[in-house]
Amino acid sequence: MSTLTPTPGPVRPARRIRSTPGSAPRAQRENPFARASAMIVMGVFTLYFLVPVWWLLVAATKDRAQFTGTNPLWFADFSLFQNIGALVSYRDGVYLKWMLNSALYAGLGALVGTIIAGMCGYALAKYRFPGRELIFNVVLGGVLVPATALALPLFLIFSQISLTNTFWSVFLPSLVSPFGVYLARIYASASVPDELIEAARLDGAGEVRTFFTVSVRMMVPALVTVFLFQFVAIWNNFFLPLIMLRDETLFPVTLGLYGWNSQVNQIPVLRDYVLIGALLSIIPLIIIFLLLQRFWRNGLSAGSVK
Amino acid sequence: MKKRAVAVALLAAASVALTGCSASTTSSGTAAAACAPSTGKVDLTFTTWVPGMEDAVAVWNKANPDIQVKVQTGPNGNGGTYQNFFNQLKAGNAPDLGQIEYDALPNFRVQDGLTDLAACAGVLDAKKDFVDWTWGQVNFGEDNAVYAIPQDAGPMAMFYRADLFKANNIAIPTTWAEYTAAAEKIRATGGYITNFSQSDINQFAGLVWQAGGTWFKNDGTNWTVNLTDPTTAKVAAYWQDLIDRDLVSTNPPWTDEWNNAYNTGSDWTWNSAAWGANSIASGAPDTAGKWAVAESPQWAAGDKASGNWGGSSTAVFKGSKHPYEAAKFALWLNTSDEALTLLNKSANLYPAAKSGLELPALKAGVDFYGGQAIYDVFSKASSQVSPDFVWGPTMTQTYNDVSDGFKAAVTKKGTLIDALKTGQTATIAAMTAQSIPVNK
Repeated sequence: MSTLTPTPGPVRPARRIRSTPGSAPRAQRENPFARASAMIVMGVFTLYFLVPVWWLLVAATKDRAQFTGTNPLWFADFSLFQNIGALVSYRDGVYLKWMLNSALYAGLGALVGTIIAGMCGYALAKYRFPGRELIFNVVLGGVLVPATALALPLFLIFSQISLTNTFWSVFLPSLVSPFGVYLARIYASASVPDELIEAARLDGAGEVRTFFTVSVRMMVPALVTVFLFQFVAIWNNFFLPLIMLRDETLFPVTLGLYGWNSQVNQIPVLRDYVLIGALLSIIPLIIIFLLLQRFWRNGLSAGSVK
Repeated sequence: MKKRAVAVALLAAASVALTGCSASTTSSGTAAAACAPSTGKVDLTFTTWVPGMEDAVAVWNKANPDIQVKVQTGPNGNGGTYQNFFNQLKAGNAPDLGQIEYDALPNFRVQDGLTDLAACAGVLDAKKDFVDWTWGQVNFGEDNAVYAIPQDAGPMAMFYRADLFKANNIAIPTTWAEYTAAAEKIRATGGYITNFSQSDINQFAGLVWQAGGTWFKNDGTNWTVNLTDPTTAKVAAYWQDLIDRDLVSTNPPWTDEWNNAYNTGSDWTWNSAAWGANSIASGAPDTAGKWAVAESPQWAAGDKASGNWGGSSTAVFKGSKHPYEAAKFALWLNTSDEALTLLNKSANLYPAAKSGLELPALKAGVDFYGGQAIYDVFSKASSQVSPDFVWGPTMTQTYNDVSDGFKAAVTKKGTLIDALKTGQTATIAAMTAQSIPVNK
């Protein structure tokens, strides 16, 4: 059990989290020039990623007159709260409805999708049955197919069963995560010992109970990763709702904001709403990342001690 | 999981094949011959991206309990809604009514996605209610056909900084030659007379439209593409000269830089459509009260011609089971004062209906323009738009190709006429690829 070898799945997130402390001692041995240039490259990229967010934050605090007339990277009069008030009251609060929809699609979709992916991956890792590798390989193939390419076929299928323009037309396709199955399988085969499952069986637990009470706990770090990926993927998914939905009350926030943005030329006030709406729409993602990242790291270290 | 994926894939392949067949059989089935009223209560769906459409529809629904319209929404046409319409037409679940801009109508016509409303009660008679050229945009020059009801229009005029022209003692240009002369004087003060847009190809088309050119012709079967006719060449050469001599700014349109150039008084005029009145007011708030609107400069002194930029229609899609009711609603939506007032208020739509031009809201002075009754200018412009301009069936592609060339032109890596030549070749290629009959 303690001889667990790192596998591609868990190692990848681990490396990302630990890159800062892990790279420090090694860097000291390298020459200062290499270290400085590495820092510069990282600094530049940090700036590159953060400046647009900064711009968005600053822009969202300005009223319309100051938006064009003042320095785009520094604050003018602080009217963020008036802006938010105007946004949420526009068209009877349709923006809040969109945020709620996004939370439903992404939260529920990622939860159910993670359970399905976890069960699939676990079954592929722990049960031996004919065609197992074939199934796994096809799932792996699924990782390579971009979701965008499937949107139109999905639309035509859903049209046949009259499910377009419904909650289900966006929710059901969101449950599928080939990458999640892949990750869950790799992780389950590395972290869930066969002996433990045997022990559970000897104690009289059924397969389903074994999975939920024993195996899931050991797979938590992988499942959290899958959940995060899936949550972000569904939250940012744009093309599928664009094709499927026509009823504004079903829109996720991405599609709603895109729709507004496409009319900025003729309805200039929408521009303010798009900016503030975009700022607010990334807050849930940041929160869920911060919350789950800690959990994710704890899970990883707990798993490695065992 | 795996098996399910395979099954889904097979189902997908099968359904694509099936819908492919069914689409082609139904398209020829529903002829325009009959347009009879349905019995009982009728529910219609209407997809549009115009904000505030719900309010206008609510008025209709209240007065017409037997014809209830449900508004569905999406991004603007080229932002995805047109593609959705095509997908829905293929899948057989298109809405009854849809918002379609004039420049996209031929695309839907060529794909056989529109119901000919000519047989529907009152539709042919409505011709007299609309500004002449807008009707030409929806019947494609066919006498006994109507493929959509005009909704709004974008007659063009010249927005200008009245205060700056006056302070610098420059006369308001009434011809394009005077416009060039004014551009030179303005450049000497450090400003630019206007901004040449590298991506608003439909604005450039409006300028060509004003000059009497047209890019497309359809003789009933074959299309002729002519993006480089002598009139277009004249307009292109005119702007090329202004670009070459640095007399116009070339900021990308609808960006902060662009707004800023107007807000700080660096750009002095904008040749734009009626709906543009609000764009300046919001993009250049510091200049309130300093703007005015004049008729577009003319190619020859004394001419009376205007271009058009934008405008859209309400179309009834093939496959709608209730064309009679849909047409009735579309006529009401686009001619009744009540609906037009609401749409003007919520979305700045400038009506295509003649009666709409007399709305009280369009007769009043506008503070941002120093109290000038600017819509009187646009009303006059609308009556001077040529009915002969025809859009092609692949405008999205044409715009993209020409725009690529225009971007090169404003950075001095090409010329406008080169861009149009490239657009010409690419458009013919695109039409050929879609099996649209085109004269080469």
